[in-house]
Amino acid sequence: MSDKVSAKPDLKQRVTDFTQKYKVGEFFQKYTMIIALVVVTIVFATWKGKEGLILLPSNLTGLIAENAYVFVLAAGMLLCILTGGNIDLSVGSVVCFTAAIGCVMMASGINIWIAVLVMLAIGLAIGVFQGFWISKVRVPAFIATLAGMYAFRGFSNVVLNGYRVDISNETFLMLFGNGKTSFIPDFVRDLFPGLNGVFTKENAFLTGLIGENFVTKFNVTCMCIGLIAALIFVIFKVRKILVQKKLGISQSIAGQTVSIVLIAALALWVSFKLSCYRGFPMVLIWVGLVLGVYAYITNKTAIGRHLYAVGGNEKATALSGVKTRNVYWFAYANIGLLAGLAGILTAGRAKGIDPVYGEGYEMDAIAACFIGGASAYGGTGKVSGMIIGAILMGVINKGMIIVGVDANYQKVVKGIVLLIAVMFDVLSKRQKR
Amino acid sequence: MAKILLEMKNITKTFPGVKALDNVNLQVEEGEIHALVGENGAGKSTLMNVLSGIYPHGTYEGDIIYDGKVCRFSTIKDSEKLGIVIIHQELALVPEMTIGENMYLGNECGHKFAINWNQTYAEADKYLKMVGLTESSKVQVKTIGTGKQQLVEIAKALAKKARLLILDEPTSSLNEEDSRALLDLMLSFKKQGMTMIIITHKLNEVAYVADKITVIRDGSTIETIDNHGQEPVSEERIIKGMVGREITNRFPKREGVQIGDVKMEVSHWTSHHPLYPEKKVVDDVSFYVREGEVVGIYGLMGAGRTELAMSIFGQSYGVNFSGELKLNGQHVKLRKSEADAIRHKIAYVTEDRKGNGLVLSQSIKVNTSLANLGAVSSHTVIDGDKEYAVAEEYRDKLKIKTPSVEQLVGNLSGGNQQKVLLAKWMFAEPDILLLDEPTRGIDVGAKYEIYCIINDLAAAGKCVVLISSELPEVLGMSDRIYIMNEAKIIGEMKAEDATQESIMAAILRSGRGA
Repeated sequence: MSDKVSAKPDLKQRVTDFTQKYKVGEFFQKYTMIIALVVVTIVFATWKGKEGLILLPSNLTGLIAENAYVFVLAAGMLLCILTGGNIDLSVGSVVCFTAAIGCVMMASGINIWIAVLVMLAIGLAIGVFQGFWISKVRVPAFIATLAGMYAFRGFSNVVLNGYRVDISNETFLMLFGNGKTSFIPDFVRDLFPGLNGVFTKENAFLTGLIGENFVTKFNVTCMCIGLIAALIFVIFKVRKILVQKKLGISQSIAGQTVSIVLIAALALWVSFKLSCYRGFPMVLIWVGLVLGVYAYITNKTAIGRHLYAVGGNEKATALSGVKTRNVYWFAYANIGLLAGLAGILTAGRAKGIDPVYGEGYEMDAIAACFIGGASAYGGTGKVSGMIIGAILMGVINKGMIIVGVDANYQKVVKGIVLLIAVMFDVLSKRQKR
Repeated sequence: MAKILLEMKNITKTFPGVKALDNVNLQVEEGEIHALVGENGAGKSTLMNVLSGIYPHGTYEGDIIYDGKVCRFSTIKDSEKLGIVIIHQELALVPEMTIGENMYLGNECGHKFAINWNQTYAEADKYLKMVGLTESSKVQVKTIGTGKQQLVEIAKALAKKARLLILDEPTSSLNEEDSRALLDLMLSFKKQGMTMIIITHKLNEVAYVADKITVIRDGSTIETIDNHGQEPVSEERIIKGMVGREITNRFPKREGVQIGDVKMEVSHWTSHHPLYPEKKVVDDVSFYVREGEVVGIYGLMGAGRTELAMSIFGQSYGVNFSGELKLNGQHVKLRKSEADAIRHKIAYVTEDRKGNGLVLSQSIKVNTSLANLGAVSSHTVIDGDKEYAVAEEYRDKLKIKTPSVEQLVGNLSGGNQQKVLLAKWMFAEPDILLLDEPTRGIDVGAKYEIYCIINDLAAAGKCVVLISSELPEVLGMSDRIYIMNEAKIIGEMKAEDATQESIMAAILRSGRGA
């Protein structure tokens, strides 16, 4: 009896205790953008009259294909931003230029592998060239790449003669495009023909799980890839926790478990959705590869560490025996290479190249990095954050198209999102002090 | 008894999780110089920020009574209106602007949209004269030295009609000569009736200039010492209040000193200023260090000590080098590369830990491994677990106070930051450590710990070159002392022969000779 009476006035206290014990404030600070992503997705998914549209398998596949260039370019941009808030304005033009050269080569019948290699090599060469001015001559990055932005847009026009050039090479479009062919074929089904008998509308359990529309063409291979990826992820994370435990590194097991389970579940959900449509898109392989490699570079390699250190304190890094100018060079050479890859993907998706393609790509990449928590002064920022930033922008874009927002207002919304995201970041950092 | 100008009563200020000030009381009489001393983080600056309105009324508890009235400041402007002016430790001048523009920044003469420049410069010149500066107020601030810049700050405060002047570490970036001039200026202001509060780490200055000394420790006032006796208050007496115990020996003794062969020998070392190549910043310097030896290099600020150390460390400062460097008796040609110097097992621990030493936005772990990433990685891939273990090892060894080595270095206190910097260079496994002002701006307790680390390094057979502008430190720690002045080494003394007087005398003699 008395317990009940005293419980009520303590509610406020209990809420505070709860917030402090489970570090609710810290949680919100750390996962602001993920929460924003979830909220935005829910808003679009429950939009009156368009319920669930954004979560349709075809829209999810489209989301990945349309934003592939953002992920690729933002990975490179992040490294530049890490060195001290430096950006590369030229990538949009470089994307167009490399794609133009590749398309012209393929149109004249040159082997596509040579064309692909040339595109990557040209991207890298441009990056090395711009990086030289930035790192050795110390032209401010903003200006050096602004010059590149003009020059390579001009060169693209020259190469293309001002006209569009189309690609008809099936292999190229299969590998880098997003047409019907650009998915991993369902070879698991081919290996086990018996599966065709299982995935039928008569199978009540699977029909209930997958849905009547999708069950017969459900892509088993894609689901397998998702399962394997999730499994590998869980194994690696658990191993890491065990090693850390052995070393006596303090950690919150509960928090890590929650995040592992959530990420694995998300991977499974995405692969499930993709399996319902056409399967695993080829583009996702390239994007996944780039993101994986760059997450590794930034986390685990010496050059990655040097990028953070230069952005944090260039003088101290130089006095620690690091050749800081070469770090800048690396960052800009690298984004050139990735612009070459983005050029390939852009040409593949558009089945050709037009002299105006790639305009504004640099801004999308920059925005993804900053929304993802990279510091405009350099030294902080993660690939994982950038991924969230890029997805958030992609979802907002897609969502606005689905619910029918006017194209002009879409840009207004993008601008507001960028401002709010960076504002949150600045405010949360100020609070810490 | 003189009138009490300022009384701060039961001031309590809490930050999230920390009680920075706990019932602090301070009484300042009109026309006195009141010194505020305490270890780093004791709460001195916080108290002054409460007084000047940086932390507005309502964010703290307690009362400020100024000139008999209870004051509630909500901005700095409010306190300045009453003549309470604070001069911060870091100079707040815009280098590209003129002295006059700086002095009236935010306080412009004439109308907001029509600044009266004639009046500005005339007034500015008047105040410059009061602080003993002969420069015209139309000179750009970047063209005058730090000592004079500090005087400009004071002139700026006078221009605001200061009645109570608060100086936060005014001499931390000044050499002894400029420091003394500044303290004398304070004494002359006192004669004219100005009231001042000085915050400082330098206890000899306190004894010289202060009428009363209030000691703050861990956010509370410990005591107020009167400095009107026949003898000035002894430093030991003040330190006792600051640390809560008597430090009988500020410099730990080294047991069983074992000095070996000559490890590094520098001869006829010369380097030039990077911007004015005709100016020598290191002039024909020769010295040597033996294994297990601590060699002190003493000199006033600008004597060329930092320039010497940095030019040895991969020519990281200066141009047009000449001279010879021998390591282990072998002639070594060092290229212009810090990495090269590290390979030759030389380490330079900078005097400017925030500017040149640490990446503040990164963790202790990242900073510890930065100069020797190769040792925790294979084929340029970092072994995160190994790195963590290394950081933990040095955290224990150097007693770095932190909840975790994942803590950002920017969140640590000065003393702990200095330890991280030392950890970084110890992990680079050098034979020769060039320590440039390793105890600058850190409190007495942390200093003692740094001294112990230095002794351990020497005992392990390393060569330590200790560069310092604190005479007692050089005398207390070194086996041998070199004295530098105006880019030259002007003397060498054995520690047992050297005294403060003999070293200062050597510097003065060389100054006259030149």
